Amino acid sequence: MRRLENVALTGLTLTAGAIWIFPLYWAFTTSIRTENRVVSDEAGLIPDELNLGAYYDAIFNSNLTNWYINSIGTSLIITAVVLATGMMCAYALSQMTFPGRKLLYGVVLGSFMVPAQVLVVPQFILMNDLGLINTWGGIILPQLVVPVVIIVYKQFFDAVPKEMKEAVVLDGGGDYTLLFRVYLPLNWGITTALGIITFISAWNAFLWPFLVITTEDMMTIPVGLTQVNDAFGVAYARLMSVALLGAAPVVIAYLIFQRRVTEAVMISSGVKG
Amino acid sequence: MAMIRNQRRHRLVALTLILPFVAVFALVFAYPLVEVVRLSFTNATLIGGGEWIGLQNYRELLADKLFYTSLKNNGYFMLLTVIPTTVIALCIALMVQRLSGRMQALALALFFLPYILPVSVVTQIWAWMLDFQFGILQPLFERIVGKPIPVFKNPYWVMPSVAVVTIWWTNGFNVLLFLAGLRNIPSDLYEASALDGATRWQQFTRVTWPLLWPVVALVLTLQLILQLKIFDQIYLLSEGGPFNSSSVLLLMVYREAFQQNNGGYASAISLVVFLLIVAVSVLQYQLLRIRGRR
Repeated sequence: MRRLENVALTGLTLTAGAIWIFPLYWAFTTSIRTENRVVSDEAGLIPDELNLGAYYDAIFNSNLTNWYINSIGTSLIITAVVLATGMMCAYALSQMTFPGRKLLYGVVLGSFMVPAQVLVVPQFILMNDLGLINTWGGIILPQLVVPVVIIVYKQFFDAVPKEMKEAVVLDGGGDYTLLFRVYLPLNWGITTALGIITFISAWNAFLWPFLVITTEDMMTIPVGLTQVNDAFGVAYARLMSVALLGAAPVVIAYLIFQRRVTEAVMISSGVKG
Repeated sequence: MAMIRNQRRHRLVALTLILPFVAVFALVFAYPLVEVVRLSFTNATLIGGGEWIGLQNYRELLADKLFYTSLKNNGYFMLLTVIPTTVIALCIALMVQRLSGRMQALALALFFLPYILPVSVVTQIWAWMLDFQFGILQPLFERIVGKPIPVFKNPYWVMPSVAVVTIWWTNGFNVLLFLAGLRNIPSDLYEASALDGATRWQQFTRVTWPLLWPVVALVLTLQLILQLKIFDQIYLLSEGGPFNSSSVLLLMVYREAFQQNNGGYASAISLVVFLLIVAVSVLQYQLLRIRGRR
């Protein structure tokens, strides 16, 4: 009886999940059809042809390659800098005493309340003054402040047993040695987790790159995607193939690191420490 | 002497460790934060400059009909998303939680995947799903209201449609938070209550709900803040139209600053958004504190 109930529940949940994911399935099915078939009455729910023409067009007849390069480059740099600056700052906050420590921590916590969207006007003026409009630097700079990375690192550094520290200090190791030889290696797990979600959110960032970039060849994927409507006109197979290609890197990253991604989301929102 | 030198060295090391973050923070966060306040009292353009005009921007804002329309739309959008997504996510989490091992991972992936998509991918897919001529969901509209509807060009349908797209996109995040919350509830509480003859419903109201309340409060307030900041989906799906029926505050900021070149006025609107978010954050703090006292 109990068993039957479980099977029924599993079936029901997976069916609901399949319905939930249907838009993605439909986008894929559309993308491998010819444009004529997409808008014909015979276009059923099941993929009935494998036509990669739309993907060919998406890759060779649009700026997609440029957008890929811009997205990969800026997202990687953002991730690296956010992690590096975050872990260093978190280590100082967690393990060292210096004047202004409490104030700095308060500022980091308080900055949660300030949404990035509120700052776009002065940030744009600043980037203009620095001559960074339409450059990678312009995309990257305002995305380098991710306070949650510091908070999470600090939490994990706080939890490292004091004995490990003492051993290194007795051997004459300083704080740099401690950070890079002890605290970081002990927390590789959280570093990868934070790295993946920082990368995904940098990849997905829309508003800021949309504002700071005005020429098509400098756009990132999410911004560039808005241009293909104009380029292709009403061509659904091509629209869907470009969209899916744009989403592919983060989807693949998620599928590979599924556990880490969910863990990172839970930890950074504070429901799991 | 050596102690003092050591202490100075210690402080110097600390300084080098915090400096990179502090420098970036000061340049692209703290300075703009001060600037947005200052700009809101000026008639600056998008390249800065401008003169001090006191409260002029705010006076104009209070007389701006579009401001009230946008404020109302922000509220309407929150109504359409916050509680529905919380309820839907909780139901999904309760279902997913009872699956075992691989099945659970699979189900979670299905519900979570949309959350990691870039917003423009989401809007492209849904624009196609709801396409007036060929959208696969249009037969559904024909069945219900008798005719196909260009949802993003219709003043009555535009906000609910954007809300559906938004819930589909962001719901996975809430499912995840609820799952984490459910896993934190000790299983012996369920065993004990089952021994006492509690029904499923009683278990939910007496055990699950009270212990899950902190997570519910967290999800509700995170959603309030997130949905208050709505811009991307509206801009991409309807551009605030038709006839401003889906205009929201951040869309006003964008239009004023980047289309009308009114940096000062846009800053004043930004500041209103900021104050609203601070208010919600305070509410969040209070909600979580009430729970803490119980």
